[in-house]
Amino acid sequence: MQELKQNINLPEGSIEKQTSTLNLGPTHPATHGVMQNILELDGERIVSSEQTIGYIHRAFEKIAERRPLYQITPLTDRLNYCSSPINNMGWHLTCEKLLRVKTPKRVDYLRVIIMELARISDHLICNSIVAVDAGAFTGFVYVMQYRELIYEIYEEICGSRLTTNIGRIGGFERNFTATAFTKLEKFLREYPKVLKEFEGLCNRNRIFMDRLINTGGISAERALNYGFTGPNLRATGVDYDVRVHTPYSSYEDFDFIVPVGKTGDNYDRFLVRGEEMWQSLSIIEQAYRKVQEFKGADAEIFHADIPEYYLPEKEEVYTKMEALIWHFKIIMGETDIPKGEVYNSVEGANGELGFYLVSDGGRTPYRLHFRRPCFVYYQAYSELTKGAMLSDAIITMSSLNLIAGELDA
Amino acid sequence: MALTNEQIKNKLIEKFGDTITDFQEPYGLLSFRSAKENNLKVLQFLYDDATLHFQFLTDITAVHYPENKGNELAVVYHLHNLIDNVRLRFTIFTSIEQPDVFTATKLFSSANWMERETYDFFGVNFVGHPNLKRILNVEEMNYFPMRKEFPMEDQTRSDKDDEMFGRGGSII
Repeated sequence: MQELKQNINLPEGSIEKQTSTLNLGPTHPATHGVMQNILELDGERIVSSEQTIGYIHRAFEKIAERRPLYQITPLTDRLNYCSSPINNMGWHLTCEKLLRVKTPKRVDYLRVIIMELARISDHLICNSIVAVDAGAFTGFVYVMQYRELIYEIYEEICGSRLTTNIGRIGGFERNFTATAFTKLEKFLREYPKVLKEFEGLCNRNRIFMDRLINTGGISAERALNYGFTGPNLRATGVDYDVRVHTPYSSYEDFDFIVPVGKTGDNYDRFLVRGEEMWQSLSIIEQAYRKVQEFKGADAEIFHADIPEYYLPEKEEVYTKMEALIWHFKIIMGETDIPKGEVYNSVEGANGELGFYLVSDGGRTPYRLHFRRPCFVYYQAYSELTKGAMLSDAIITMSSLNLIAGELDA
Repeated sequence: MALTNEQIKNKLIEKFGDTITDFQEPYGLLSFRSAKENNLKVLQFLYDDATLHFQFLTDITAVHYPENKGNELAVVYHLHNLIDNVRLRFTIFTSIEQPDVFTATKLFSSANWMERETYDFFGVNFVGHPNLKRILNVEEMNYFPMRKEFPMEDQTRSDKDDEMFGRGGSII
């Protein structure tokens, strides 16, 4: 047998250590949205990364400059589409602040129910996706049934499921039906058991804990400097919650705890979201009890009395003169909005969702800017994943709860 | 003792004198404007002062006022004092010919992308920004789309054949 001759004869130290570049995304199953990460890898460790966003930018802020207030609600649906109702309510509350409208208590409580349902469905997605990325697919499929039930409740109230366009300036488009309340009761009855089972699957699971603890952590100082809000900030130990700091929609009437973490790592974020779901459940129960206390004519109130901005019921438009006039005025854009500048924020499912609305007294906003929480905190991703393993970076991305729609506006 | 708007206002006047103007409280939110050269000094003062603690940057954005000759672009900062839970709005104006404004990235890491977004849509040039390039739009774009000279398409225009998209044509 002929002897193999080795021709490669390199002096020692002449091969430089090289890093490889990996394009994670724009469309990668693990990014859960259209976003690109250009990773510089040393083996499996991330040396540096660069984020490219904007693949689904839809110029909402520009479009909003040509739309009257009520037509902007569908645009807000498409920001964080996992919890559209919160965005819708945030937008209505902004308009109501500008118009100085005070909503009746019953409307506030109904809104709280919807917003907390949305928060649960958003956290449910986020936490179960974290579990999927850590290798546990079962939990995700199991809890989806209850997101489905939440969507059925939305459907019962506004007719749509994902991009809800729920509510109007001043209240809701119609009163909640009896079916909506029955479904809500079913949810309140069955969901705690499911959530408990999901937590039993993940929370103290050795593999799951090993994957999440001490990965993607951030200190409270850095998180604040990076503009973190919502569960991601609370996981670092800062108890900032818009619902408590600047109560809107009568959140001050409810008794709930703001859960905080300590280390700000993936596991803390997961646990904070988990606990927030329990708190949301308790808020829904309290709100539902308060809603049930309204009797007689009070139980029929579902919007504020502001004919200039609240679209009248269609049946009344066909039968009543006054309703027809208001309908015409609103639809034909004859109602100007007052001049002013207003910033209003709500606690979105992934952080402080702010609306900065500048009005010059015309029919449409002069300028509208959305403070999108995940746009602000995604810039920390490169710092969060520096030196981390690639597989941990995937979990970090999902535990940050990035929603491409919100990122790109 | 909670921090009031009046106290913040007095502190600012004491420190910066008449370079800070136009104090207003629309909807309870203290807002004011300053000379654009002073933006970093004001932000730094609000950040460092022992009683003010405006250490959380909520938002940076811009507004374009084409009629406001010489001061067409307004850069708007929203700051939050999380300890006393007070917010404020701080505006600077810059001309559109020379939209140079100092960057706040040294003070707030969060300002990085916010300023890139503001640059992307309004063309505000943040001097000293580590990576000032477009963020949501394509890099080849050579204009700043949120400025008012780019109106949305007129819904009633008739010079375009849009029959297949429900506009114009013979149906209506």
